[in-house]
Amino acid sequence: MFVINCPYCGERDQSEFSCGGEAHIVRPKQPTELSDDEWAEYLFMRKNIKGVQFERWNHAHGCRKWFNMVRDTSNDKIHAVYKMGEKPPVI
Amino acid sequence: MTKYRINKTRFIDQTKTVSFTFDSKEYHGFEGDTLASALLSNGIHLVGRSFKYHRPRGIMSCGSEEPNAICQINDNTDFTEPNVRITEIELYEGLKASSQNCWPNLNFDIGGINNLISPFIPAGFYYKTFMWPKSFWKKIYEPLIRLSAGLGKSPTQPDPDIYDHKHEHCDVLVIGGGISGIISAKIAAKNNLKTILIDDKKILGGSTIYQNNKNFIIDNQKSNEWLMNEISELERLDNLIIKTRTSLAAFHSYNYLLAKENISDHLPLDKKNGGIRQRLWKIRADKVIVAAGAIERPLIFNNNDRPGIILANSVKKYLDFYGVSSGLNNIIFTNNDSAYETAVSLFEKGISVKIIDIRKKSSSNIVKDAEDLGIEIYWNSTVVNTFGYKKIKSIEIMNLSEDGSNVTGNKHKIQCDCLSISGGWTPMVHMHTQSGGKLDFREIDQVFVPSEKSENHINVGSCNGDFELEEIVKNTNNKVKKFLNINESVFDKISVSCSKELEKKNIWLLPNTISEGKTKSFIDFQNDSTAKDIKLALREGFKSIEHVKRYTTTGMATDQGKLSNMHALGIIADTAGVKMGTLGTTTFRPPFTPLTFGAIVGRSVGKFFDVLRKTSIHEWHVQNNAKFENVGQWKRPWYYPINNENLHDAVQRESKTARDSAGILDASTLGKIDIQGSDASEFLNRVYTNAWSKLGIGKCRYGLMLNEDGMVYDDGVTTRLDENHYLMTTTTGGAANVLSKLEDYLQTEWRELDVYLTSVTDHYSTASICGPNSKKILKKLFPNKDFSDEAFPHMSYQDAIIDKIECRIMRISFTGELSYEINIESKYGRSLWENCIKAGEEYKITPYGTETMHLLRAEKGFIIVGQDTDGTMTPIDLQMDWIVSKKKYDFIGKRSLYRSDTIKEDRKQLVGLLTDDPNEILEEGAQIVSELDKKPVKMIGHVTSSYFSPNLNKSIALAVVKGGKKMKGQKLFVPMENKNINVTVSDFIFLDKENKRINA
Ligand SMILES: [Zn+2]
Repeated sequence: MFVINCPYCGERDQSEFSCGGEAHIVRPKQPTELSDDEWAEYLFMRKNIKGVQFERWNHAHGCRKWFNMVRDTSNDKIHAVYKMGEKPPVI
Repeated sequence: MTKYRINKTRFIDQTKTVSFTFDSKEYHGFEGDTLASALLSNGIHLVGRSFKYHRPRGIMSCGSEEPNAICQINDNTDFTEPNVRITEIELYEGLKASSQNCWPNLNFDIGGINNLISPFIPAGFYYKTFMWPKSFWKKIYEPLIRLSAGLGKSPTQPDPDIYDHKHEHCDVLVIGGGISGIISAKIAAKNNLKTILIDDKKILGGSTIYQNNKNFIIDNQKSNEWLMNEISELERLDNLIIKTRTSLAAFHSYNYLLAKENISDHLPLDKKNGGIRQRLWKIRADKVIVAAGAIERPLIFNNNDRPGIILANSVKKYLDFYGVSSGLNNIIFTNNDSAYETAVSLFEKGISVKIIDIRKKSSSNIVKDAEDLGIEIYWNSTVVNTFGYKKIKSIEIMNLSEDGSNVTGNKHKIQCDCLSISGGWTPMVHMHTQSGGKLDFREIDQVFVPSEKSENHINVGSCNGDFELEEIVKNTNNKVKKFLNINESVFDKISVSCSKELEKKNIWLLPNTISEGKTKSFIDFQNDSTAKDIKLALREGFKSIEHVKRYTTTGMATDQGKLSNMHALGIIADTAGVKMGTLGTTTFRPPFTPLTFGAIVGRSVGKFFDVLRKTSIHEWHVQNNAKFENVGQWKRPWYYPINNENLHDAVQRESKTARDSAGILDASTLGKIDIQGSDASEFLNRVYTNAWSKLGIGKCRYGLMLNEDGMVYDDGVTTRLDENHYLMTTTTGGAANVLSKLEDYLQTEWRELDVYLTSVTDHYSTASICGPNSKKILKKLFPNKDFSDEAFPHMSYQDAIIDKIECRIMRISFTGELSYEINIESKYGRSLWENCIKAGEEYKITPYGTETMHLLRAEKGFIIVGQDTDGTMTPIDLQMDWIVSKKKYDFIGKRSLYRSDTIKEDRKQLVGLLTDDPNEILEEGAQIVSELDKKPVKMIGHVTSSYFSPNLNKSIALAVVKGGKKMKGQKLFVPMENKNINVTVSDFIFLDKENKRINA
């Protein structure tokens, strides 16, 4: 169980957080103009990388804020944590 | 003293006798004994039968690696526990232990027949034999396997013990209280670091605490004496917490560790006093030092499993720690020097001992000592067979060929009553690998050692592959100093000397004259897998160690292969002709030793299992005989039986009264979300399928919420309280998830919206009054209010005051009846409710529960999200096209509603079902078919809600059926176990299609 540095609260146990999957998948602004395939790409397709992955996390049992996190899924090393709307760091 | 208790030690109080029973026979031991040492002191070796062949088995070790000696304790009591390792049970007065896996008893076991037919039970036997014919599985194979499988008996009563969980944080956690752990803990604690030292034994000191051999000297003292002083100094250190009887269960990432502390397992039943039995520590440590030690390896030769064959260092511990000799006529069979310590110890106590060594020579100090003492040593020799059924009686030995691959010369028979074996040592790398660490293979002594990459944990002592006292002390000191950034330690200048092993030799499977197929060379003693089984698996084409392990079940017993894994790997490598280091190892998974379920769940049992939520009206429901059902964490009234009514009768009465006169429902559990902000209307437009911009202040609207995939997610009525202020209701079970989902969109996708969400579910209590007389009841409650349809129309809300308390009245309907909902601050919920009941008395108002609510909704074809939907239903599938706005540019899930999959016409769609026999009630969940004869029968749907409607006097059901929209009037079948029920597809609105009752 890892320790996550919530950008609003500081270090807390993983059990306080929930993971919201891959980050930086922006909801299309004009969904009606997309083909089935394009919409399916947004809706279903996720990378699920073994290695460095950009993820959304929510401090569900804390400040309830969503934020982004860069985690190596092969060893759970957390490389960075940053707020929604902030530019992703270069890893 | 018994015949075998030949030595007095400081660890056993021989003035305090403890009596216990094993298989109902009474024995005596002393305070400080384990069950194993006490049994051995009584000459008992045979303690169990093996799993597959039911071969007699004895105590083989002195610790958690024990594969054979497991027992059931306190059988036939609430406290009974199976599969407890005899070597780890601290003896207490009145302990009752019994052997497992034997019938009718340990000495005569019917299952022993498996041993005779063992040529027919090869590796993968179960997989191969019970495959065919299929019909035999349920009636013949499974009962047979169940009868003979399993170890011990599960308790039949709830566990009366209390278990606890506790969080702990520290700078340094040291795992293992042997010499390297003690050195580490002292260095850390003396440098002002908050340190915790845990050890699974009662007494610290590991194997050094009974190392009284004169070759092992620290600062001019025997190593055990030196360590004894160190331990008493440790106890005086302020920032060191020592936890004995505490074993590490798991080492997770980020230095999060679980350790189980035994608090009362060593106490007699009558002294436990209802206290805590075990505590699970959840430790977050800044730094972790693993000093877990090493396990002695057995040797693999024919019939190496008889009672009386014990690991050599365990024989030494029984002798020098417990004062018990495992035999009076000992043979030691070894490939290394450490077993000579056992030999010398035995000899010095006047016990007969001989040594068989597979090496050609050894020139170390300890071997010289043995030779000087006159102990007979057979060099370059191996054991080829053993004899004695319930206890070893003799062995046969032969010489090894030059390269060790064969035996030569004549067999030589030697009598004995105990055979100590030692195949070298295996570092306990389990903790290291659990934390994610990798291993390196060290060729010289054939061991896997930690490959250290982490900055936050290290391994010291023999678990790191340091086996000799001098390197243990020096390396531990240096490594810990570096790890903790410390310049000097009290151990920098101590002098250490020890016997050093110079000659090493290892043979994973010792050679024999008999062909392999006819030998029983056990590798995994608990699961009865042999060298032959592993070779067979390789011949059958298994290559990966993980596959061989599962096929042969090697390493898969309760001991997780602590003694067997290395030999399995070694034999695979030898047979396949590859280097052992290239094979990798199997994965070591937590827990290191089995955990009780009690320790895992801790206090979260009974009423603490989950949070229980009650409405402010709950006590009234209880007093009025409500039966409750769980909806999420909520307790909701299910129905209110009068006299001896059953569920059906009560629901029929409640439903009839609600439609004929008046009914009242506690709707407080519905989720309530307060929505405010200048973009609140726009926000609702985006989250619901219908349009919200034009909803007037004071008006209410039903909304349907989808997932982005277009499937129905939740529903409820939202009220516009003010220009920028709404109150949303959600389903009871969906409240928390809906709030999270909405917050997610606001924080991530729609950060530009000015909207604030607050959960107010618990802030308000809700009484929902329905029925043709509801208006009259409201009028009585609020005499000054105009309830005419013009002044207070359907789907609108007004503020009101009752008993000087402000409340909100919404004219909205759950049931299709004329209805009002009154929301009031929770603390006034009960009084509001009682007022409603009083005002409704003259109309025979009936409180009704969730069952009646569902029935009333089903009559009207109102869906229940989660009952009539299951995450695969679009609003179109539900025939709710009317609620999906065509004009809105976008809302959550809109685009998915015309994906190729969601527009298919043969999707499951909501329909009504009427049974041909109006008294026949369908079962919810029952499958629906259109043809009965054609096989395989094609399932085309299932029943989602089904009731007998008292208002229509017939059975009604909602169902989802493939292409159901176009099937109205069609005959279908609901096949049940004993009959087929004929049904007709109907409209799903069964009652008041014209919605007249809502304004009645
Ligand atoms: Zn936070």
